[in-house]
Amino acid sequence: MHTIEEILAILAEVKPGLAPTAEEELIKTGLLDSVEVMSLVMSLSEEFDIEITPLDLKEENFHTAAAILALVERLENE
Amino acid sequence: MKNILELLEATAARLPDAPAFCDETQTFTWAETLAAARAIGTALAGQGATGRPVALYLAHTAPCILAMLGVVAAGGFYTVLDTAQPAERIARITTQLAPALLLTDAAHLPAAAALAVPTLTLEDALATPPDAARLNTIRTAAVDADLAYVLFTSGSTGLPKGVAITHRNLLAYSEWAAATFAISEKTVFGNQTPFYFSMSVTDIYVALRTGACVQVLPRRLFSFPVQLLDYLTAKGVNTLYWVPSALGIVANWKALDYTALPPLTTILFAGEVMPTAKLNYWRAHYPAARFANLYGPTETTDICAYYELTRAFADDEALPIGRACDNCALLVLKDGKAVPPGEEGELCARGSFLAAGYYAMPEKTAERFIQNPLQPHYPEVIYRTGDLVRWNERGELVYCGRIDHQIKHRGYRIELGEVETAAFGQEKLESCACLYDPPRDRLVLFYQAKRDVAEPLRQRLAGRLPSYMCPAVYCRVKRMPQNANGKIDRKELQTLLEKA
Repeated sequence: MHTIEEILAILAEVKPGLAPTAEEELIKTGLLDSVEVMSLVMSLSEEFDIEITPLDLKEENFHTAAAILALVERLENE
Repeated sequence: MKNILELLEATAARLPDAPAFCDETQTFTWAETLAAARAIGTALAGQGATGRPVALYLAHTAPCILAMLGVVAAGGFYTVLDTAQPAERIARITTQLAPALLLTDAAHLPAAAALAVPTLTLEDALATPPDAARLNTIRTAAVDADLAYVLFTSGSTGLPKGVAITHRNLLAYSEWAAATFAISEKTVFGNQTPFYFSMSVTDIYVALRTGACVQVLPRRLFSFPVQLLDYLTAKGVNTLYWVPSALGIVANWKALDYTALPPLTTILFAGEVMPTAKLNYWRAHYPAARFANLYGPTETTDICAYYELTRAFADDEALPIGRACDNCALLVLKDGKAVPPGEEGELCARGSFLAAGYYAMPEKTAERFIQNPLQPHYPEVIYRTGDLVRWNERGELVYCGRIDHQIKHRGYRIELGEVETAAFGQEKLESCACLYDPPRDRLVLFYQAKRDVAEPLRQRLAGRLPSYMCPAVYCRVKRMPQNANGKIDRKELQTLLEKA
């Protein structure tokens, strides 16, 4: 089990100063651009030792910190 | 023909109900586009925009295109501002441009207010009843050398340069592009490039000429390659004109293997060097599509040379930039003389695509737009691109790099682009940029890959390049920095280098 704080820490590392709430929209608001999403994917893969496939790389899996947490937990259990 | 609105009027008469400009939430037909241009044009002319610059402060959506055409209908010329840019750079542009007006929308009004330029909202402009008599009077007085827009590019000194493009430029350029790539009303462009970047001019004005539809793609989808492809399919997009980095996102994720292939028939790219390995991934999935490598600076409207791929290329083989576009001539000069085939020289262009110069910058204009040294008998301007090229044995132009990317290392002259091209055959490599680190006199290769491939890269380059061209340091980055146009941001890498 992971916590939302772990995801928020990674988000802050990917984009210094970014401190969203768990449910705050990250993509449609432009808070994360495409370069930052790629950077986030790489950080998540390394941090949690998971493989994010092209089919996992969807807006609904990344649009909030809570969605990212759910993705990480699903991939860890697979 | 003397005015680009004639293209719009002809297309609106021929295809009034066909979709012209669309984004995620809105579709404007050709008739609606023309009506919008007339309403906006009337509003702007009423506020003194005729013959003057108008700044557009709008999101990357279809209404921004209506605003551009409205400025032109008012007899003015536009500059599209990047709303995501720091206020300081926007202020540098508005100071140079001194626009008569700033056209924005309700959503951007608070931010626009800080720019201290008289402001009009697009909503109000669109609600203005068109004044046909006034617009006709403006048109009668217009000539094809009038400006249509000023597009700001980054200057090496940090002061943005405004490239001034005329109606004549757009008419000539769109004629070439439409004919060369057989663009018609059946074409659906998937617009990737922002409207403050010259490549978007091709999507918009070739559509105006041919009745093609432009689907403005939501920027966020470039984070999600499979969803991006599904969006192209849903919108019937059949023609792409993207920067290589955008095509590279799809290739890096092998996204074409994970969903239905969009119905693409034409795939064009420009703006930076296309890594051939990424292109080969696309070509393998679209064996029947037309692929072309386009080349040109903003100062030649968009493009002045192109190479249509008709043969296979190895993953580490560089693509040529080909030959001159119709109605555009290319010279390869060194010390004021044409160089023989095989020798490098500076690429210079002349012809109808050539911009009028830099806006309110006579000295910068005189530096780059010069008298043709091969033809001293009458005034004839050529544009110095600052790019090094050579003619290969096939009679094609090969891009060798920027003059300012050429460095001297251990006494040898090195093109950093050549190191990057050689690196690109490494299959795990997603993106790379080679920089010179003068204080330590060494080459550094920044690369993006899902895992550390420094050692295989080192071995690969040692087998392909002379030792003086091999990077001393391989630096893996989590993300390759990109500038606002989606190209690799070398300035940011240089900063990283200086900090290291």
